[in-house]
Amino acid sequence: MGFDPKNPLKDRITDIGPRDYKEFLPPVIKENWGKWLYHEILEPGVLMHVSETGAKVYTVRVGGSRLMSVTHIREICDIADKHCGGKLRFTTRNNIEFMVDDESKLKPLMKDLEKREFAGGSKKFPRGGTGSGLTNIVHTQGWIHCHTPAIDASGIVKAVMDELYDEFQNMRFPAHVRISLACCLNMCGAVHCSDIAILGVHRKPPIIDHENLPNMCEIPMTIAACPTGAIRPATVDGKKSVTVNKERCMFCGNCYTMCPSMPLADEEGSGVALLVGGKISNRITQPKFSKLVVPFLPNEPPRWPQTVDAIKKILYAYVEDAKKYERLGDWAERIGWERFFEKTGLPFTDHLIDDYRFAYTTWRTSTQFKF
Amino acid sequence: MDLQAPRESIDDLLGLLELTYQDKVVHWKHGGIVGVFGYGGGVIGRYCDQPDQFPGVRDFHTLRVNQPGNKFYSTEYLRQLCDLWERRGSGITNMHGSTGDIILLGTTTPQLEEIFYELTHNLHQDLGGSGSNLRTPSDCLGMARCEYACYDTTALCYNLTMEYQDELHRPAFPYKFKFKFDGCPNGCVASIARADMSIIGTWRDDIRIDQAAVKAYVGGEFKPNGGAHSGRDWGTFDIQKEVIDLCPTHCMSWNGKKLVIDNKECNRCMHCINVMPRALRIGLDRGASILFGAKAPILEGAQMSTLTIPFVKVEEPYDEIKAIIEKVWDYWAEEGRNRERLGELMQRQGFQKFLEVLGLKPDPRMIREPRSNPYVFWKEEDVPGGWERDIQEFRKKHKK
Repeated sequence: MGFDPKNPLKDRITDIGPRDYKEFLPPVIKENWGKWLYHEILEPGVLMHVSETGAKVYTVRVGGSRLMSVTHIREICDIADKHCGGKLRFTTRNNIEFMVDDESKLKPLMKDLEKREFAGGSKKFPRGGTGSGLTNIVHTQGWIHCHTPAIDASGIVKAVMDELYDEFQNMRFPAHVRISLACCLNMCGAVHCSDIAILGVHRKPPIIDHENLPNMCEIPMTIAACPTGAIRPATVDGKKSVTVNKERCMFCGNCYTMCPSMPLADEEGSGVALLVGGKISNRITQPKFSKLVVPFLPNEPPRWPQTVDAIKKILYAYVEDAKKYERLGDWAERIGWERFFEKTGLPFTDHLIDDYRFAYTTWRTSTQFKF
Repeated sequence: MDLQAPRESIDDLLGLLELTYQDKVVHWKHGGIVGVFGYGGGVIGRYCDQPDQFPGVRDFHTLRVNQPGNKFYSTEYLRQLCDLWERRGSGITNMHGSTGDIILLGTTTPQLEEIFYELTHNLHQDLGGSGSNLRTPSDCLGMARCEYACYDTTALCYNLTMEYQDELHRPAFPYKFKFKFDGCPNGCVASIARADMSIIGTWRDDIRIDQAAVKAYVGGEFKPNGGAHSGRDWGTFDIQKEVIDLCPTHCMSWNGKKLVIDNKECNRCMHCINVMPRALRIGLDRGASILFGAKAPILEGAQMSTLTIPFVKVEEPYDEIKAIIEKVWDYWAEEGRNRERLGELMQRQGFQKFLEVLGLKPDPRMIREPRSNPYVFWKEEDVPGGWERDIQEFRKKHKK
């Protein structure tokens, strides 16, 4: 028997958590848990891990899209059933990994993946995303399903990755490059430590729906949500509402999160900002935040040409100039930000000088600079 | 198939997206309060603002399903999930959402309880977190297939997820709280940037060296960095330039025959191990560093986690780690303001307060550098004689 709406608590099961991961492990993974000795990238998208026991696991990494239909997932299952004993995994960056425990099973798997194409001729399962190259762009929901985005997510990611597809399948960068996209400042995708971050921003203060605000919003909470204290209580046409001191608005959208009657998104006001040079890893240098280098580019569906162009400028200036193992941010710091703007050809504008809290810590307090 | 969700939902979803591409402003409304009985999270309400034109996505709610550890799957499970979601939802998913959950994207209100019933009864699978509760914990690949894993990230992630089911499903916190588990300082799951509590594997003894393998790297037998740079000709491998000189603490030397590491001075950045994985291995006295307070920019700017516990052993049943978690939650529940992340509370009340809460002694490992201002908030008990003084006594020696 299934769910009974008349008796919703009958046989109710709660708090059982996720399935135990041990049920889903390929035998070679289970048997060599914690025993791995080393790994090698045999070619872009193909990894070999060698265990203390002598066992080897071969992994083929292919690009996934975060947004997937059940039809696509079923095809992934067909492949895993045919080649991988019915097991597979996904990576943190939305790639799919197919694993086999013997080299002889590798070529047939790779061939099978390669021949699968979408109706338009593009690869369903492009191999790559390993080593010193470009892996998948992690991103947020965007226009397909979120209520606060300033930009689309999947559309921009597709436009950027189409241009950089070769880099997904190659390993010719000085170090790996992580591009991430968050479609608003809430950053459910936490892109603030990425080599290149694509961020959706607004530039127009909220429109206030005075008619509906008193019914839809908690006024004190809405006022408290503003980090600059720009929102004040007001009475408009005899109804309790709020006003916004537009000069003090920093377009963060936190008021809209609390109050649906204060939408910010706008055809001309909202668009893309680019931040660069962040990293997560502790390798050589410490983790660091990405820095704003392009304050605004317009929303240009369906292909966002200006955004794609700016990203390519940044990426290839780095690729040509950086030393081996140097991450994008380490390169920018070594050559100096004045050189970064020179080499990338990006304009430096007053928007890029910090004027929020602790801004002074980012101003130059030395005479060490380059002409 | 006996479809329970509107047949036209995908056509309407594409239609709505097409309209958004023309208008350049999203057509989804603020979420409504929907959910499954007894839970305060796991379902995000979503309604479209053009329901007459696109009735198939009038209500189009999201479910977050707690992903299994490391995102390993059996095809049997995935197929069951696909069947359920095709019948009772849009058939569109995210594999996976940013926090790690399987996201089921779009269904109607009456389907929510039905889906939850089938998930729990047939798939033995629970929902993930949303709102002001513990968000679905996530882990790096760890011991499953990585030689750098300093502790079993998957086991700890699963254990804590099961331990804190109540916190995950029933919002009782000031705001969201995220755990993430990285097995080493490479940080593949990005815990240091996006988890309120980042548990990052480390070791405190010596890097194990296989001198013969070092020579094999120098001699070009082994590809440096596991072959990660093979797409470009970077010249022959130069251990001095590529490893010794890039070591951030300059604690390594190579005399042409032997690699020496002054392990006491190593800060475990992983670079040398990443470059020569067949020659250098993480130490054997392993555990984790615990850092607190990362978050995205809303509100007062992004924060990374701050090193608070330099080293802790990570061993079942993880009582020491659980005691730490519960102290932090008690403090945050008591002192945190509405929608204040832990990192913001730590800034507002000071790191000293946070150490006091955890019963920890200050340690120079916790800071980047000592403060450069002299504005110490001394406490009365720090100063001999206390703070109460008599002006008359003062005036006996010091005239007006």
